[in-house]
Amino acid sequence: MAYSDKIRGTYQTQIKGIQDAGLFKQERYIHSPQAADIEVEFPAGSPLKKVINMCANNYLGLSSHPDVVKAAHEGLDSRGYGMSSVRFICGTQDIHRELEQKLTEFLGTEDTLLFPSCMDANAGVFEAILSKDDVIISDRLVHASLVDGIRLCSAMHDTIKHSDMGHLEEKLQLHADKRFKLVVTDGVFSMDGDTAKLDEMAALCEKYDAMLLVDESHSSGFIGKTGRGTHEKCGVVGKMDVITTTFGKALGGASGGCVSGRRELVELCRQRARPYLFSNTIAPVVVAGVLKVMDIISKSTERRDKLERNAAYWRKGLTEAGFVLREGDTPIVPVMLFNAKLAQDVSRALYDEGIYAIGFFFPVVPQSQARIRTQISAGHEIHHLDKALAAFTKVGRKFDILGKTKQEIIAKYGM
Amino acid sequence: MSDELKDIVLNYVTKEYLEDDSEPLTYETPLISGGIVDSFSMVSLKRFLENKYGIAIPDDEATPEAFDSVNKIVSLVQRFVAKKG
Repeated sequence: MAYSDKIRGTYQTQIKGIQDAGLFKQERYIHSPQAADIEVEFPAGSPLKKVINMCANNYLGLSSHPDVVKAAHEGLDSRGYGMSSVRFICGTQDIHRELEQKLTEFLGTEDTLLFPSCMDANAGVFEAILSKDDVIISDRLVHASLVDGIRLCSAMHDTIKHSDMGHLEEKLQLHADKRFKLVVTDGVFSMDGDTAKLDEMAALCEKYDAMLLVDESHSSGFIGKTGRGTHEKCGVVGKMDVITTTFGKALGGASGGCVSGRRELVELCRQRARPYLFSNTIAPVVVAGVLKVMDIISKSTERRDKLERNAAYWRKGLTEAGFVLREGDTPIVPVMLFNAKLAQDVSRALYDEGIYAIGFFFPVVPQSQARIRTQISAGHEIHHLDKALAAFTKVGRKFDILGKTKQEIIAKYGM
Repeated sequence: MSDELKDIVLNYVTKEYLEDDSEPLTYETPLISGGIVDSFSMVSLKRFLENKYGIAIPDDEATPEAFDSVNKIVSLVQRFVAKKG
């Protein structure tokens, strides 16, 4: 053992630095299943408090749906708890392949490979399909897991300004000499809730002979008329070369993810992607749950339709109350506060009012763009949204930010 | 060449990396350490300079430190242009 006082002191100083900068993240303990109504212990040791959850990725309200829980129980009974193996040794059950086939059909692709998470899918896909002769051109606001995956790959990496199609075209021209070009974007951007222009991107990729990869983690299951994702909304199903997505959000919210797309690209991931090769298979109980989720959302659009109505109701209510919002039409509705401390103070005041919504600030979002990111669910009823709107309005009045512009809020609270 | 080169680099960095409401850059503004340009996004600037001046900047010379201000970038480019003769 060599964990000396010097080593400990160095790490303690780093942690104190995070606290002093106001960037320390503190977990809140939830004592109930994930849902619109939850019971929370916060701060640690406090009595449980019933609050409305306004910040889960539980978009379709399926995280604790009785049919999903029942299917998971049945999966547990019929296929066991764990596989004690990676996929290619002895960790692939019939239901793993069944889920891959269902996802392929749902996403409108050629093949699919499961990963322990979408973080792992994004970590593995680039290295598996690209080399140093290639270039990746990504939107500057893509998710951190894509950035990490790109860093693990030897291909050149360039970026474009967020959703700037003129800039993308310039970059496709600049890198015309590369063997392959891969354009990378989120479908729905997780912090701003806006949607990628996938139709324009697909057209540019076709024009310049580039492949297109989209991370649909914040869209699979509910964006597009039948919930297939941003590519459905933009009318380009079948034109995506690679889709990565998660089961940890709308699709049951447990864990797991996938790479779906062109047959050869998926096969190369099966042969080479390190998180697939060196990490355990997804537990059978989770696979059984996701299979039920796929059944539910393939049979009916009821839940995504309700989510769409809820999100519109919520956005309208906040706008009328006088908050500054990021524009968009997804269930991610960021309430802009700009100042990091203000975002934390508003979050705490909302909690006192029975509303659970977290403040986001640098480095999760750019400097001076602190916010409360609210996320709407099909599990919310109108009475949840009305109660949350009343609480937001009360807190907004207390901090005197209602009806104020960005400049006025910054003038009052600083950047 | 130095002043012209400085302005070419400054203009490119402004157009490529800054948002419309950003503070204007100076020749000394820290680009990478100041969070204006991330190390990934340096690639397009490097390729732009290589194409424009007919030089090749090896990866081990294209460090975040060497690209951290307009003045530093200009010094780097001038060194490779001089080498080219």
